[in-house]
Amino acid sequence: MRLILTLLAAAALSSNAALAADEITLVVDHQKFSPSELSIPAGVKTKILIRNQDAMPVEFESYDLSREIVVPGHGETSIYVGPLEAGTYQFFNDFDHDMKGTITVKAKGN
Amino acid sequence: MLSTAVIMFREVLEASLIIAIVLGASRGIENRGRWVASGALLGLLGAAIVAILANLASSEFSGNPQALLNAAVLLGAVAMLTWHNVWMSAHGRQLSTEAKALGKDVESGQRPMTALMLITLAAVMREGSEAVLFLWAIATGGEQGSNMLIGGLSGVIAGILTGLFLYLGLLRIPTRHFFGVTSWLILLLAAGLAAQAAGFLNQAGLLPSLGNGIWNTSGILSQNSLFGQFLHVLIGYIARPSGIQVLFYAGTFASMLLLMRTYGGNQKKKAVC
Repeated sequence: MRLILTLLAAAALSSNAALAADEITLVVDHQKFSPSELSIPAGVKTKILIRNQDAMPVEFESYDLSREIVVPGHGETSIYVGPLEAGTYQFFNDFDHDMKGTITVKAKGN
Repeated sequence: MLSTAVIMFREVLEASLIIAIVLGASRGIENRGRWVASGALLGLLGAAIVAILANLASSEFSGNPQALLNAAVLLGAVAMLTWHNVWMSAHGRQLSTEAKALGKDVESGQRPMTALMLITLAAVMREGSEAVLFLWAIATGGEQGSNMLIGGLSGVIAGILTGLFLYLGLLRIPTRHFFGVTSWLILLLAAGLAAQAAGFLNQAGLLPSLGNGIWNTSGILSQNSLFGQFLHVLIGYIARPSGIQVLFYAGTFASMLLLMRTYGGNQKKKAVC
């Protein structure tokens, strides 16, 4: 089991390295998004891996990005955003509106 | 408990308002209650299946399949609402003037019964799967479970009651204007659902966004507010729409209106305007 996990981690790391600029991980832990403030470059399609470590399902939703996806308890899923223009975009958990965060998109060169 | 009620209220609201509108719009059609009820039951069944799928095969089903299913369900609803409205613009006058004699008269025609059922099915299934997933997690969540479950169920009831009020309100519209008003409501509703579907198709990577935030009216009316959410369901209000959503909205609106005018015949124009 441990070996498999290590291999998976290694695979994840290497694919992360290849996609370094375009993939970020968003963890749900104890009813909080972590990090709650994400930063991505403008004009690039970005993959967000949402890992839910809580037992309750989470619905990642953003009116600003028109994104909406359910992540079951102890599950994970990925979602693409962008390419986006510079600015801030809010997201929240539709099952718990106190749980929210922002994605800040920065123009290149800044 | 209260927050659970609010969440469930939001989840149920969309389906409830849609059902209220189609129930209102199909006033005078025989047996419509039975069709709508069976649509709701099938929708619940579908929602339960989707929720189970999402729980079991979490990684396989999440991501794109989830977005694609949502888009398909929404587009199905749009197609059915179009059929319903086109049918209504052809027969609505008949329904309102000879509501009594209707039964036999229209029976021979192809009535939009299947459409009624499928619209209800789509509406219930779409938000229902999320509601089921959420309630299920609460119910199996141990401590505080029963308390939150009560909250959740009262949210469901409040959502259904809101739909009921809308339905009763619709029935108060004078017969002369009734089908005109409901066909406009359905037109806007369908355009809004098509815009939502466009969002999901973009999410799944099948369509370009054509620009994020063509405009941004979050400052004036947040989609998070209750009123913003009502408008979102009823007329498809989106505070910060992407280009593809605006395109789908306008396209659905225009083609549905064109179909209604074409098949509704000249004398029906009044009913639409």
